[in-house]
Amino acid sequence: MIPLVTGAEVTFWIVAPLMVLGSLGLLVFRKAVYAALSMAFVMVNLAVLYASMDAMFLTFVQIIVYTGAIMMLFLFVLMLVGIGHQADSLVETIPGQRWLAGLAGLGLLGLILFGIGGSLVGGPRIGLDAANAAHGGNVESLAALIFGRYVFVFELTSALLITAAVGAMVLGQHFRVRPRATQPELAEKRMRDYRALGTHPGPLPNSGVLANHNSIATPALLPDGTVSEASISPTLAGRGVIVDAPAASLATARAFESIESHQGEEDE
Amino acid sequence: MSPDNYLYLAAILFTIGAVGVMVRRNALVAFMSVELMLNAANLAMVAFAMARGGLDGQVATFFVMVVAAAEVVVGLSIIITFYRTRRSTSVDAASLLKL
Repeated sequence: MIPLVTGAEVTFWIVAPLMVLGSLGLLVFRKAVYAALSMAFVMVNLAVLYASMDAMFLTFVQIIVYTGAIMMLFLFVLMLVGIGHQADSLVETIPGQRWLAGLAGLGLLGLILFGIGGSLVGGPRIGLDAANAAHGGNVESLAALIFGRYVFVFELTSALLITAAVGAMVLGQHFRVRPRATQPELAEKRMRDYRALGTHPGPLPNSGVLANHNSIATPALLPDGTVSEASISPTLAGRGVIVDAPAASLATARAFESIESHQGEEDE
Repeated sequence: MSPDNYLYLAAILFTIGAVGVMVRRNALVAFMSVELMLNAANLAMVAFAMARGGLDGQVATFFVMVVAAAEVVVGLSIIITFYRTRRSTSVDAASLLKL
């Protein structure tokens, strides 16, 4: 073997640290969207590694199926369940869970590296040139295996896919989990809340209407000039896009004052 | 280049995935960690295919991808069902699938 730095080696030493960093993002990012994106990054890098290991078919399947379909499905579900205020809390429900998990992870790594890995590494590297050339290329040779030796497994995956599709449809059906509340019940609940908690039983106040802003991100102002918290959606407040209504109303008040003083001068 | 480095990388990724399953409380992120573990196993199989000069490892990886796709579909619809009843994707909120 010629001890030269090959392209595969350069690829590995660029891609492997990126992959480890990306997968660590899965552990540290508190927002699930960031975790999903770092996971997609890891999967694209994995496709690059496959390409450097003479697995061209798997490179494209990795990008199309994993990055394109599976991770985007994750993102769709994240959007469905709402991503604005989904940050994981940092409070441990089991005391010391993180340390124990880290310790268990170290133990697992040691077990894999020294227990299983020790007996597997150091083997020869034969390479895939001969295997790929047997039927004229990577895709053709894989096809010969899938439709030859593994054809029964291939047929079984069709049963698996159909079962999964039916299962997803059954689970996706929307069953009402409790009977729909009728109008008298809702009114009764509003009055009960008013008596017990002092919740305002009427409708919520509208968003504020100022000279420069009238979007739903503008809070309404109470008579004393403070913001009415009930007039803005908690989702918008969580994103921090709320207009500073008292400041905006100050500008309006100043403009109004100057107009009035001008009018006063004209009258004199 | 020797295939050992790929195996070490696969072991590290698998461990990170396992720790992610243990640490993260958002069901979706825990599920993504499971995907990371599957991917690490795939990487090991492709590396073995290259080292031993046979394509069987790549075929196995292909089948793992098929199974992963099916598994993700069912898993995500379970999470959606769960979210519908609890309004949360935290695994701490899950004690029963029914109400």
